[in-house]
Amino acid sequence: MPQVSLTVNGKQHTVEVEGRTLLVELLREKLGLTGTHVGCDTSQCGACVVHVDGLAVKSCTMLALQADGMAVTTIEGIAAADGTLHPMQEMFREHHALQCGFCTPGMVMTAIDLVNAHPDGLTDKEIREGLEGNLCRCTGYHNIVKAIAAAHPLMHGQAPKAAE
Amino acid sequence: MGFEGIGASVRRKEDARFLSGRGHYTDDINRPGQLYAFIKRSDRPHARIASLQTAQAAAAPGVVAVFTGQDMAADNVGGLPCGWQIHNKDGSPMAEPPHPVIAIGKVRHVGDPVAVVIAESRQAAKDAAELLEIEYDDLPAVATTLDALEPGAPTVHDDVAGNVCYDWHIGDKGTVDAAFARAAKVVKLELTNNRLVPNAMEPRAALGDFDTSSGDFTLYTTSQNPHVIRLLMGAFVLHIPENKLRVVAPDVGGGFGSKIYHYAEEAIVTWAAGKLRRPVKWTAERNESFMSDAHGRDHVSTAEMALDADGTFLALRVATIANMGAYLSTFAPCVPTYLYATLLAGVYKTPAIYAEVKAVFTNTVPVDAYRGAGRPEATYLLERLVDVIAHDTGMDRVEIRRKNFIPADAFPYQTPVALQYDSGNYEMTLKAALDAADFAGFEARRAAARAKGKLRGIGISTYLEACGIAPSAVVGSLGARAGLYEVANVKVHPTGSITVYTGTHSHGQGHETTFAQLISDQMGVPIDQIEVVHGDTSKIPFGMGTYGSRSLAVGGSAMVKAMDKIIAKGKKIAAHLMEAAVEDIEFDKGTFKVAGTDKSKTLTDISLAAYVPHNYPIEELEPGLDETAFYDPKNFTFPGGCHVCELEIDQETGVVEMVNFVAVDDVGRVINPMIVEGQVQGGVAQGIGQALLENAIYDSNGQLLSGSFMDYTMPRANDLVNISVGTEITLCTHNPLGVKGCGEVGAIGSPPAVMNAVIDALKEYGIRHIDMPATGAKLWEILQANRPKMAAE
Repeated sequence: MPQVSLTVNGKQHTVEVEGRTLLVELLREKLGLTGTHVGCDTSQCGACVVHVDGLAVKSCTMLALQADGMAVTTIEGIAAADGTLHPMQEMFREHHALQCGFCTPGMVMTAIDLVNAHPDGLTDKEIREGLEGNLCRCTGYHNIVKAIAAAHPLMHGQAPKAAE
Repeated sequence: MGFEGIGASVRRKEDARFLSGRGHYTDDINRPGQLYAFIKRSDRPHARIASLQTAQAAAAPGVVAVFTGQDMAADNVGGLPCGWQIHNKDGSPMAEPPHPVIAIGKVRHVGDPVAVVIAESRQAAKDAAELLEIEYDDLPAVATTLDALEPGAPTVHDDVAGNVCYDWHIGDKGTVDAAFARAAKVVKLELTNNRLVPNAMEPRAALGDFDTSSGDFTLYTTSQNPHVIRLLMGAFVLHIPENKLRVVAPDVGGGFGSKIYHYAEEAIVTWAAGKLRRPVKWTAERNESFMSDAHGRDHVSTAEMALDADGTFLALRVATIANMGAYLSTFAPCVPTYLYATLLAGVYKTPAIYAEVKAVFTNTVPVDAYRGAGRPEATYLLERLVDVIAHDTGMDRVEIRRKNFIPADAFPYQTPVALQYDSGNYEMTLKAALDAADFAGFEARRAAARAKGKLRGIGISTYLEACGIAPSAVVGSLGARAGLYEVANVKVHPTGSITVYTGTHSHGQGHETTFAQLISDQMGVPIDQIEVVHGDTSKIPFGMGTYGSRSLAVGGSAMVKAMDKIIAKGKKIAAHLMEAAVEDIEFDKGTFKVAGTDKSKTLTDISLAAYVPHNYPIEELEPGLDETAFYDPKNFTFPGGCHVCELEIDQETGVVEMVNFVAVDDVGRVINPMIVEGQVQGGVAQGIGQALLENAIYDSNGQLLSGSFMDYTMPRANDLVNISVGTEITLCTHNPLGVKGCGEVGAIGSPPAVMNAVIDALKEYGIRHIDMPATGAKLWEILQANRPKMAAE
């Protein structure tokens, strides 16, 4: 069986996988990182979004072997080593941007990439457009949009906006 | 520590694990030696299974077993039971055809299980399923609700003539007919309520485990009500007594009704785990969710209102055909009857109502409760009808509602369709919503939009729903085969921290926070010292689960009852410790005081004494501080409110853009405003989805055309708009908290508000009604086919 060597959340792994194994299957089933979820089979829902070399990727749409030599970050890997939540995680909590929590890991990983890619700011409309690859069935997105808008200044080193 | 009690927007306790990837969903659980099941499903809507050869699949690499419906039947496995029996007009019981766990002889819908392949890996099971040799003799299929009743239509079940599951009615036909005979005007509307696929983001999953030492079975499953699954599967399907069967519903990624029911896969993995002496896991792929999760809605109705000359409603007559799908799902029969027709009074004092409902079988996925369940269908019918009355009579749509509202001083109010509303104030929520939406200033916005080529419309709906189900004796008399009480066990530990075990289940609702606030408010213990436990039949005494916005109204009331017992016992212990009379002990937020003195004991003093009973009234009182309560509600609760939707239609493309959505709801007392707002926003999003985007479409042969996220339009962030939520409350009068429920109001009030706005936007085209969903394509065709009336005149 072929081998894949990759870094996941800063840790080096070498794993045997079938050629057809998806990155998300590697993460969930071989590495036990079950924070990354599978919500569909057509790359529509975004529950499986992780970062590959810093960019948001649907891990159900990438073969594990394609990640060879790459650095993968999952939802388990974004808080600080002392457990302090990433500003995006903190703002999701503050603004009640999650209910059942199933879409949340993919939503947070997409949101971080979206904010990273727009250092000069994001309008609500740009946030909504930026979430086109992620489905949430619980929140109606209202609070997700609020959380991302609130995380933006925190991630770009500006003073936090007061929560409502 | 800030204020954490009733009324505080406490941030959720459960969020830390969900945000860190430490949620614990069914598919995240793995047991040693676990096997994987893949369900081979019918790709035929209706066919006889001519032959089913499993040998090749069974011999494939990694395969441990292949089972068919015959194998399970031979092992005395029963069919999936239905939990509610409706009676026909003539008093005879509904048709209740068998629902085998795996199809035997015939398949009746695309997605019907035909065989299960169990292997060492998911992929091996799936690969081997390709080797099953199945020959079908296709049979003609019934694809749609109306097709089921066509003369000569194929029959889904041989022994159910004409595909009629039941022909039921409610109300006084004679009075209604008489009112129609003397009416100044009758307004009639034919409408459909589109079929929906619930699509919780977590696909269903089930993991069966068998303990070879004890002979105990454990089922981990994506369920809203583990005790109900244990009861149904244990008693009716697998014949495992409760003491040998544990059902665990861990973190569940959304339900919206679709995870209430007992599904075939739960029985398959539990049974197979016992046969193979190894754990067996099944996880749905999304395509399986589309063809095996119970669908929602799917009504075709005719509604007629009799009016007097000034627009007062005299009588309502409704005839509905409701699609049950191919088999009866667990609670399917009650949805278009007691959760629908009993709601047809709505917020109006219509004195006479008669409704008849025919439920039909079709070769489609079973249909059952989906967020709101019957109440959205009733609300949509009524609130569209009221707007059509305004359209046909020229009366103002707000004034006609006001004229017919049940007034605030009329409660308790007995409707002509069985329900008695305890409280409400529909004028209050209407006014608040119209103000918040600047309804009065709308025409200026319409004109401004018109100048940009946009057709702007505003729509309202004033709605009511019944939730907090329900008094057991009442639902029993209506056909429920279960009681609908709820259970709470409150354990005060020796050092004063508290664990609460609830029979309800949280799959997004935030119970771990709301219930902790409720306990904290009464017991004076900080919420970080309160643990809320749900979803495990081995820990929780009993419970009926979460659906119908019942958890706080029924489950929260059970907690209050259990806390009352704790406090009563604590007072006896406190009286002993402080050498006072029990009647003189007062309890307030964690402190037991002797009235009129400065003597007091904390809850911790009392709990320690209860568990270390050295100085304790041991002759009269058992040690421990641990109480259980069952609470059976006295009535339904009746949330209501007003939703206002403002939107624009692009005249060139037909595409709808949401501009503003305002919901003002009366959900009774609010424990956590932040969570209530989130519940309403989520419900509204699903309602907007139903009105504008979502549609489960079968072709005439019974193939599900919208069977994936590529084809079934789920609302995305950019389809929606900020959803403004307000609450204006009246208290429920019959439960100790005054709470009503907030989980479904959003999905109930919003679809007619959206559709009324769409039709208002098309005012100049003279459109009277459009069925949901109002997609861009549908509106474009309407815009092409109709010329603006004003321009033509």
